Amino acid sequence: MSLFGRLGEHALKHDWIEYAAGVSIVGGALVVIILITYLKKWGWLWREWFTSVDHKKIGIMYIVFSAIQLAKGLIDGLMMRAQQATASGDCMGYLGAEHFQQIFTAHGVTMIFFVGMGVVFGIINLVLPLQIGARDVAFPLLNSISFWLFAAGGLYIFISLVIGVFAGTGWTAYPPLAGLKYNPGVGVDYWLWSIQISGAGSLLSGINFLVTILKMRCPGMKLMRMPVFVWATLATVVLVIFAFPILTGTIGMLSTDRLLDTKIFTADYGGNPMMYINLIWAWGHPEVYILVLPAFGIFSEVVPVFSHKKLFGYTSMVWAIAVITFLSFIVWLHHFFTMGAGANVNAFFGIMTMVIAIPTGVKVFNWLFTMYRGKVTFTTPMLWFMGFIFIFVTGGMTGVMMAIPGIDFQVHNSLFLIAHFHSVIIGGVLFGFFSGYSYWFPKFTGFRLNEKLGKYAFWFWFVGFIVAFFPLYLLGFMGATRRMNHYPAGNGWQPLFIVASIGAFLILIGVLFQAAQLYKSIKERNQNKDTTGDPWNGRALEWSTASPPPFYNFAHLPEVHSRDAFWELKKSKKDIVKRKYEDIHMPKNSMVGVNIGILSCVMGFALVWHIFWLAAITFIGILIALIARLFVKETDYYVKAEEVEQIETRSRAT
Amino acid sequence: MKRAFKIIIITLLIIAVGALAVYFVSTHNIPVLEPKGLISVKERELIITSSLLMLIVVIPVLVLAVVFGWKYREGRGSKHAPDWEHNNIAECCWWGVPVVIIIILAVITWKTSHDLNPFKPIQNGTTPVKIQAVALDWKWLFIYPDQGIATVNYVQFPEKTPIDFVITADAPMNSFWIPQLGGQIYAMPAMTTSIHLLANETGEFEGRSANISGKGFAGMIFKAVASNKQDFQNWVQHVKSSGKELSWDIYTQLVEPSEYNDVEIYGKIEDQLFDQILIQYMPEGNKK
Amino acid sequence: MNTHEVSPDTHHDVYSKTVFGFWLYLLTDFMLFATIFAAYSVLSGNHFGGPTQKQLFNLDHATLQTVIFLISTFTVGIAGVYTHRKKRGGAIVFFLISFVLGIVFLGMELHEFSHFIAAGSGWKKNAFASSFFSLVGMFVLHLVFALLWVIVLLVPVFRFGITARSVLRLTCLKMFWQFLSIVWAFIYTIVYLLGIV
Repeated sequence: MSLFGRLGEHALKHDWIEYAAGVSIVGGALVVIILITYLKKWGWLWREWFTSVDHKKIGIMYIVFSAIQLAKGLIDGLMMRAQQATASGDCMGYLGAEHFQQIFTAHGVTMIFFVGMGVVFGIINLVLPLQIGARDVAFPLLNSISFWLFAAGGLYIFISLVIGVFAGTGWTAYPPLAGLKYNPGVGVDYWLWSIQISGAGSLLSGINFLVTILKMRCPGMKLMRMPVFVWATLATVVLVIFAFPILTGTIGMLSTDRLLDTKIFTADYGGNPMMYINLIWAWGHPEVYILVLPAFGIFSEVVPVFSHKKLFGYTSMVWAIAVITFLSFIVWLHHFFTMGAGANVNAFFGIMTMVIAIPTGVKVFNWLFTMYRGKVTFTTPMLWFMGFIFIFVTGGMTGVMMAIPGIDFQVHNSLFLIAHFHSVIIGGVLFGFFSGYSYWFPKFTGFRLNEKLGKYAFWFWFVGFIVAFFPLYLLGFMGATRRMNHYPAGNGWQPLFIVASIGAFLILIGVLFQAAQLYKSIKERNQNKDTTGDPWNGRALEWSTASPPPFYNFAHLPEVHSRDAFWELKKSKKDIVKRKYEDIHMPKNSMVGVNIGILSCVMGFALVWHIFWLAAITFIGILIALIARLFVKETDYYVKAEEVEQIETRSRAT
Repeated sequence: MKRAFKIIIITLLIIAVGALAVYFVSTHNIPVLEPKGLISVKERELIITSSLLMLIVVIPVLVLAVVFGWKYREGRGSKHAPDWEHNNIAECCWWGVPVVIIIILAVITWKTSHDLNPFKPIQNGTTPVKIQAVALDWKWLFIYPDQGIATVNYVQFPEKTPIDFVITADAPMNSFWIPQLGGQIYAMPAMTTSIHLLANETGEFEGRSANISGKGFAGMIFKAVASNKQDFQNWVQHVKSSGKELSWDIYTQLVEPSEYNDVEIYGKIEDQLFDQILIQYMPEGNKK
Repeated sequence: MNTHEVSPDTHHDVYSKTVFGFWLYLLTDFMLFATIFAAYSVLSGNHFGGPTQKQLFNLDHATLQTVIFLISTFTVGIAGVYTHRKKRGGAIVFFLISFVLGIVFLGMELHEFSHFIAAGSGWKKNAFASSFFSLVGMFVLHLVFALLWVIVLLVPVFRFGITARSVLRLTCLKMFWQFLSIVWAFIYTIVYLLGIV
């Protein structure tokens, strides 16, 4: 056993495109590190951010990390579009097949795990405690650990660009292709540990948020008085708790197949690759609802506020969420109707899948009828909602089509499928996030975003999306399968791929507008301060705090008597009774999260390269970090009442 | 004035795009929408039926979105009912109508899942032609057990005749798909699946693998030719006289990874070749 | 009129939140085992020519293991009662009894593993063996963690006695041990009993 396992010089050998990417990543990281050192901000970063257990800081870190991952994922997408627009007939494109396959695999992993889950947990972290009138989540330290596990898993996407390769199997990595026989190299192992480590973080977050919602609501906030965003979060974390362990177990068994040569998912020796597909989708389908339910929750916050009207049908919104949650566990087979389960089984799962369209449709109607007889202002958050209606609903329609096995047999794994899921994920999850981002930005930063640039960004995203993805529906019908790095010339596909590339480019412009918006807003922040804490005339409790909220959120925990708690408070014009300030009990910062993140990242790396002594040491290190924490006595402190009074008075004076 | 101008330009653009799309569709082959097989014709019917049913809900949704956004825009002075948040009739409508549509679709789903089950043989009075398909890295091997011939990346069969494909892989999971004739079914090592197709007319169709199986997967394209009965017999004779034999040794060479293979024909094949390929994955067989 | 601020971290709240959170964790661990159980159920007949359950399993051995683990669960329950009554001596004694029984169980299981390997049914041999080692191996891994956890928690109890914090932690440990006995009950039934029938 060599000291470095199977790590050797060959790991650094790449084609020129990979070199360019690797250099820019390493270069970019160096620039950031040098900048931070020059500005002497390491201490501040460590104290205020990395070791923070404050849900607001952790939420922002999730979103920053996801933004970086989004940039990478978009570049992946642009590269794929460029390849497919050119690689027709005699032209093989500019990417080799194996490189192309790594790109779409990384694209999928990046977007679903590190953008999707990242923005979901980011927004929940920021908004949930405030909306239920709590000071933090149930387990702040666990929250920090979850974030650092998430970040550790996400790093492999970048590391594998420089050292070694990433998987080329597609983001779900089906065996036997992902097994030892056909992929003995490091790529699939990077995929495995990236997902395993970040998955552990997600699981812990799920537990954290569920306890938070059920145990930490402020006095008077009964379940049926919670904002719908909180209900959506509740459903999401129930899904996380039941579904993520399936992922852990399944890819755990794939890793024993690869590390210990077990025969669970092999084609021979009695293994069963079809079982992997069943198990991975038993997780995978709930996963897509984990991604989209919070987006539905965000829209349930945004639409009433910008329609100046109560949300229509609160009760049926809650029931719809519950039905969707339950149903999402009994539809997984629709991801592989073509694997040959037989007519009865296929029909059952197909019918269950369509049934989900019913509660989803109810929600759409409820949002639209919130607008009915409202006073609608088309701010950026509201524009994202309108874009969602158009794109998500058409995506949903094609989803119900594919729920019919007879149709799915023709469009499974084709670009029709790709168009469908991008419609629901981008139209649903991403537009939902962008809506929430524009909506809650002033709350957490203290200043408003530039509206004009935000609107430009929206329009380029919206039109760009249609131009990029609607041609794919047609391509699917023309027999174009997914994940092709090249196709014959005579099929007439190329013009549509070219149109799709133009769309991707328009989306890129949209992203550039978002970056410009952020830059300009930061530059002009003093002119756009949110001095009231309630820039949109909001309805839920987060708007009752200053912008940004003090680190303890509420000097006095709110007492709630109805839905739309803050709106009712404003209507009743009650003077905020200036009660006596009290000492507030808050958790201390901790480096346990960062330590576990670093150790896990190294451990995963060691497992990928079979450097088993290093894996063992880091594993023991993680255990030691946890055990050591058990012996720390001073984990909390009290903020004195006088300090609370000072902070409150100061924020009301500005 | 400026807004009217914007609306006109956008409407013209949408019409132009629509016209381009119509032109494109009319000048190109869209296999799934222009099917030539018994099965694919039924699948297209399904696509059209289900789309129309769903548009019953989808079109009102999109129209309402635009209408409400327009009518209740701030500044238009439309009626404002800030606390109106419940209406039983409305709720009944949009729980009820989708339920009815889904019930209809569910019945259709049940029926067509059985009707279009790939495992279901096609019976039209003609004797089926049996073809065994093996997905390899990265080409398709076709074995005609009754005729004793084999081909690579090419398959020919008579029109208006049921073709019984039995499929496996000696490679990772693939998917056997001839879009113009019917849907796909996975090709998996150590087991068999089957699909039954029938070409309604003569023609040349493209088939491919629809599931990623490694580096050369995009090149796993094969030609599927439906000819009249006489031409099919002639072709079988032509292959039989080609002289090449697909013995087990030749097969083991064929299994080696290769990409964008040319068409190969074999006039003679190893006895029970398909079964022997499967047996490799069983405890009793290990010719490797 | 509620003028007394209930900070989120009064002792009762911490206890209630943490125990509930731990229940949820056990739920996820249950789902993890369920996944591996599913794999075992699918693969338990795939010996690929190798030894079968009937040839490998010793039901007396497995039954003895089960009895030992059940006793250890009973004693861990008693330890829990002593813990809640803040009786340091009783808690330590009974946690240690469970610990010793756990070690015996572990030894017996490792013995069974080596028997499997010697009989040609190591984890690389075929899907049945792989899934058996995965399932029972996952259980062994959990047990090792539990044993480590006993030591880690008992050390401060020995030195400083039982504090509110240690009540909470020992309660979670007790719950974990009881959870493991439920998992083992499933393993005994589905793997051993159903395997030999």
